[in-house]
Formats: sequence, C-alpha cells, structure tokens
Amino acid sequence: MEKKISVEQAVSMIHDGDTIMVGGFYAIGTPEGIVDEILRQGKKDLTIINNDCGNPNSALGRLVYSGLVKKVILTWCGYLGELPAMVEEKKIELELNPQGTLIERIRAGGFGLGGVLTPTGLGTYIEEQGYGTRLHLNDRDYLYHTPLKADVTIVQAYAADEAGNLVFRRTQRNFCDTMCFAGETVIASVATPILPKGAIDPDAVMVPGPVVDYLVQEV
Amino acid sequence: MAELTKKELIAKRVALFFRDGELANLGVGIPTIVPRFLPEGVEVWLEAENGIIGGGPPAEPDAVDPFFKDAGDKYCTILPGGCCFNSATSFGLIRGGHLAYTVLGAMQVDQEGNLANWVVPGGKMAGMGGAMDLVAGAKKVIVATEHCARDGSPKILKKCTFPLTGQKVVDWIVTELSVIKVTEKGLLLTETAPGVTAEEVLQKTEAALTVANDLCVMPV
Repeated sequence: MEKKISVEQAVSMIHDGDTIMVGGFYAIGTPEGIVDEILRQGKKDLTIINNDCGNPNSALGRLVYSGLVKKVILTWCGYLGELPAMVEEKKIELELNPQGTLIERIRAGGFGLGGVLTPTGLGTYIEEQGYGTRLHLNDRDYLYHTPLKADVTIVQAYAADEAGNLVFRRTQRNFCDTMCFAGETVIASVATPILPKGAIDPDAVMVPGPVVDYLVQEV
Repeated sequence: MAELTKKELIAKRVALFFRDGELANLGVGIPTIVPRFLPEGVEVWLEAENGIIGGGPPAEPDAVDPFFKDAGDKYCTILPGGCCFNSATSFGLIRGGHLAYTVLGAMQVDQEGNLANWVVPGGKMAGMGGAMDLVAGAKKVIVATEHCARDGSPKILKKCTFPLTGQKVVDWIVTELSVIKVTEKGLLLTETAPGVTAEEVLQKTEAALTVANDLCVMPV
C-alpha cells in the first residue's frame, strides 16, 4: 500500500468535530505543516489532545486561538496566555490532566486497556474536577481514569520507510509513538526523506509500520 | 568563596542529600542550581519530563539540534551515557519510584506534608504539567524554598490554602534557615542554618514544629 500522500490529502481525512491527538512537547514532535493545513482548510469543532499546545507562534497555538477548536485536553498551557480568558468566555473547553496521567490514558486507549489507576492527583484539583474517580484497591487509593482514543493522530517523525516504520529523534518522541496506537487514522509527517523498505534497522523502529496509515513528506 | 545567597545556601544543602549515581528530577527555580553544589565525586543523573536522562548544557547557537529541547524549553545537549525515551517511559520512571529524589519549589507546604506549587487561587490556570506525578512517585520529595514568602508571611503552614499539587507527599523541607523532616507525627526541625537559632525558625513557621533532640547546624 502506498502511504505517501500530500499534506492537503492528509487533512482532507479530518472531519469537523473530530478528536485529534497531536504529538509534541513545546512543539517538538508536532507536525507543523499538517496543523497549519487544518487551519487553512478550516476544520472546526475539533478536540485537540496534546501536552501543551505550543505557543502563539507555533501552528498548534495558532489553531487553538483560531476558534476552530472546541476543546483541548492538555497538561500545561503556560505559553497560551489568552487561553484562560477564552475558557472563561466559554469559547473553548480546557481539561487539564497530569502529564503522566494523560500519557497513560492515551496508552490505555491504544493498547486495549480499560483505563488507568494512578495515585497521581489524589486529593487535588484533578479529583475535585471529577477527572478521576477514587477507588480503593489492595489497601491503596487510586484515581481511575478512562482511556483516550482519537479519530485521527498526527505526529512528526524524524525518519520513516515506505512501510510506515517510524523513528523519532531525541525529545521529538514524547507522546508521538504512543499516540500512534490510539488514533483510528494515523498520519506521520516525516522530517527527512522517506526511505525504501528495509533501510531502517528493524531494532531501531519505534512505531511498527502497519500502525501508521499515511506519511507526509516534509519539504 | 563569596558568601552564599539564600538560594545558593538552600541548593548547597539539598545537594548533600545525593549519593553518587542516583537519578533525580529538579523543578524550576532553586532546584535548577543544585548541581553546582554537588560534593566532589558525586555525579547525579538528571531526568527531564520530556524524555531525557543526562541532559547536558544548553546547545551552542551554531549547534542546535531542532529535535532536542530540555524540560525548560531550551535547546540542549546530552552527556555521555545519557538517553532519550518517550513520555510513557518518562512517567514510568517518575511514578514508578525510580527517582531517588524530586526537588521542587513551593508556594505553600504544610505540617501534613501537603504541597501547593502549581496555581494560586483565582490565578491563571497554566496547568500542573508533570508536578503531580513527580510528587506522587519519587522515592523522596524535597521542597527547596525560601522559608517565608516575599511579604514575610510564613510558607510552612498548618494547612495549605492554595490548590494542592499532592497530598501527604513531602519528605523534607530545606530553606535558608532550616532543614525540616516530615514525619507521621508532624514536622521535625533537624538542622538550623549557621547563625540561626531554633527560636527564629519556630517564630517564622506557622506549622507546629518539634525540635529534634539531635538538632544540629546545617553542614554547609
């Protein structure tokens, strides 16, 4: 199967109202070109799942400020100074998760688990907001969180081959590899020229090719 | 050596907790200067939430790797022996008890070991990032903070009034005046800074504080 498509084709697979997992931590690992194309095509009522949604000068920051996003699920949004006011004006919904909880909810969604049990956030805002449900098991308290899945996952990879095998570099990996398992459609934007099959050492592959539906070559 | 500032004194005392080869995560502010004060022969591996052990100095402007930033959003480097991994592994390390220490600042800390350091009531909601996982999962949680707030009001309280980062999570509080251990029975004053009396510490602390029988002077 030919996985290489254009950025326009990639975004045409996203629909209004979709939930999109977007890789990236401080925008490293975020496929900036795909996110800018979402903005250009005006896909709306989106739910975005990401660590921090970047900053006002990054693609994801621009998308959040554009009004096309109805809800964000994040761990931190310290660079998006206008977001709290947007939340107050009910222009957007903000759900904050502890970082370790967010990644595990995504992992649970992608790996067929029924949710997450974590001590993180007990007796805090997380529990007060009803984001987790307290359970007492094996003499300990935990917060139960539901798994997260997405209609579409978009990530940036450092290298890929035509089979869709992905390799990330340094801190580009962050949420990206795990998110690839939790999206119904998975699109990776590739920062270096896409390689023929067999060009990546099988032991170096970080996301198995069959999990990745489409590749977009970055210029 | 020039006289230490308050912050340097705190960092220097915190550094004495570490043993060679241990893994730790350092929060923003005072914790970031702790490595400058590690004793001779003590090397500590530092973990960063976005997936690094052994992050090195900031990258030189002409040698930036566009795929490599530290948890403070600076382009960085890696030390020999360091490694990179995904967020699930990062928080597995953090939550799974693989960090010997996490060192964080505090807005408020109280006598039950509750910590508030992520948001002030009515303030802008920037998010907790990894802080709640760090305090829930590290083997020991050290709060490194100035003893009182800027206006002189106590930060070490009977009960935190700000939203909590974690409930009953703190093990040690290190300030420019004292070292305080959080125990089942409450707070125990174990060390005072050179030239500081236990009375002064008690007077500047709202929380109930027991003076340890073996109270000593901070070895800084």
